[in-house]
Amino acid sequence: MGMTITEKILAAHSGRDSVRPGEIVNAKLDLIVAHDVTTPPAVAMLKKLGINKVFDPSKILVTPDHFVPNKDIKSAELAKQLREWRIEQGIERYYEIGNHGICHAIAPEQGHVLPGMTIVCGDSHTTTMGALGTFSTGVGSTDLAAALATGELWFKVPESMLFELKGSLPRGVYSKDIILYIISKIGVDGARYQAMEYRGDGLESLSMEARFTITNMAIEAGGKSGIIPVDGIAEDYVKARSSEAYTCYYSDDDAVYTQRMTIDLDQLEPIVALPSLPSNGRFIGEIERVKMDQVYIGSCTNGRIEDLRIAAQIIKGHKVAEGTRAIVVPATTEIWKTAMREGLLEIFADAGCVVSTATCGACLGGFMGVLGAEETCLSTTNRNFVGRMGHPKAKVYLASPATAAATAITGTITDPREFLQ
Amino acid sequence: MPELPDRLTGYAHVYPREHINTDEIIPARYLNVHEESELAKYAMEDIDADFVRRVLPGDFIIAGENFGCGSSREHAVWALRGAGVKVVIAKSYARIFFRNAINNGFLAIECPEALEVIATGDQVELDLRAGLLRNLGNGREATFVPLSDFARELIEDGGLLPHIQKKAQA
Ligand code: SF4
Repeated sequence: MGMTITEKILAAHSGRDSVRPGEIVNAKLDLIVAHDVTTPPAVAMLKKLGINKVFDPSKILVTPDHFVPNKDIKSAELAKQLREWRIEQGIERYYEIGNHGICHAIAPEQGHVLPGMTIVCGDSHTTTMGALGTFSTGVGSTDLAAALATGELWFKVPESMLFELKGSLPRGVYSKDIILYIISKIGVDGARYQAMEYRGDGLESLSMEARFTITNMAIEAGGKSGIIPVDGIAEDYVKARSSEAYTCYYSDDDAVYTQRMTIDLDQLEPIVALPSLPSNGRFIGEIERVKMDQVYIGSCTNGRIEDLRIAAQIIKGHKVAEGTRAIVVPATTEIWKTAMREGLLEIFADAGCVVSTATCGACLGGFMGVLGAEETCLSTTNRNFVGRMGHPKAKVYLASPATAAATAITGTITDPREFLQ
Repeated sequence: MPELPDRLTGYAHVYPREHINTDEIIPARYLNVHEESELAKYAMEDIDADFVRRVLPGDFIIAGENFGCGSSREHAVWALRGAGVKVVIAKSYARIFFRNAINNGFLAIECPEALEVIATGDQVELDLRAGLLRNLGNGREATFVPLSDFARELIEDGGLLPHIQKKAQA
């Protein structure tokens, strides 16, 4: 019986020839990513146990992202603890304000993610980095502490689901629509405990930026990981950023999947997930043009340069509708700078958008765009749970950056194809 | 660490819903702290604002499918434990919540029929060895798959970190 890419990576990292779903393995970790919310508690746990050294500072990457630039005194304390800890541990890969970015975006962007790696971070959207053929998954602070101390972690080998992408996306439809479509079909627990693997000729027209959006939201279907085997597009991305050697793994032809689903990209349309579940996706033609108080373009899902280019292309020469606020948040400093050089920031500013520095910010209801009671927001983020972006009575709709830009212009949920001729 | 008791009893708080997520269990606006006692004040705030006033030490939470979905914040487990919750019994769990619970030595039991035999306020007995949940008021029962050996070992060691330490010293 063959193995999936996920099984092969886990086997190779736990000194085994083969593993089967359901087995518990202890896997060596290649990269541990640490941010300001879940790392300080992990560090406190280690201190309490008298463990004063991380296993290997060169395998750790630290970036404050959730509440920075510090949103209040308590957040300042978290960022400070993170900063002091990384100095004490001699961790060199650290991205201070001014170079920082949302962890799942900055780690691959800066060349720290190589195919075949095992990666954990104390954050559920760690699945993002699976787009480069890695086993990458989110853990809590205790797991993070154990990983930092020992460089390994226990995993139950997940079963895998296979998603075959066919064809190419029509104009105005993006990778966010693909993943919202998949989640609307399988539900927020449709891939619970499983690896979501993607294949097919549909990938050929999807950039790395577009792919990260898909693997980012594996957790929104309950998935343990999302993974895309490495191809030329991924190799180009990695080689432009790192000269280190890596191993690519591929699923065997007779690998076992719990489910296979084919998605015909040509048939897709822009999708909006209605409040308050990411699985509430509907084709945009089927829903009411609800008025939006706010539009949010950013996050580890859709704050990359390609997202900003698409949004700017639509919004250029228009104004944000009266009665609507638009907030643009590049996911990393590098993206912010590229957007500046390309004139995108000016396009957004001229249209009346607020452009922020990189931060998780309002994506998790932190700051920089938190919603009040009954307010509506169309957001390019990944979750629209009750209370996610602020008041529990606020209503969050999820969509692509293009749909967000079109909606900012009209003030009601709008099909981006109306602005793309 | 003492062995897990074979039996536990407590009063039930029932949330007969699926997909209760970590934003509801402990909203992100409180994530700028990680002290259990502080987080405890806001446990379940966005789903049941009155919860922390009603919950007593040793109580059980009973819920539907995919409990704890959403973010990886272990703060969700700490908030519940800090508020006094002893056990969560759900139809099923989101992966990271379950993992965080076990890693903290906190009991998360998967019981598909719990919602059918228990209502809020009922006194419930959990027989961990037999895999049996009993409503002490009316005697109705539901079965669950007992903890795996690995999960039991982690819980009995007091969680993942003490477990690792124990192994390192062995
Ligand atoms: S941008 Fe949002 S989803 Fe992504 S890591 Fe930050 S808070 Fe989490």
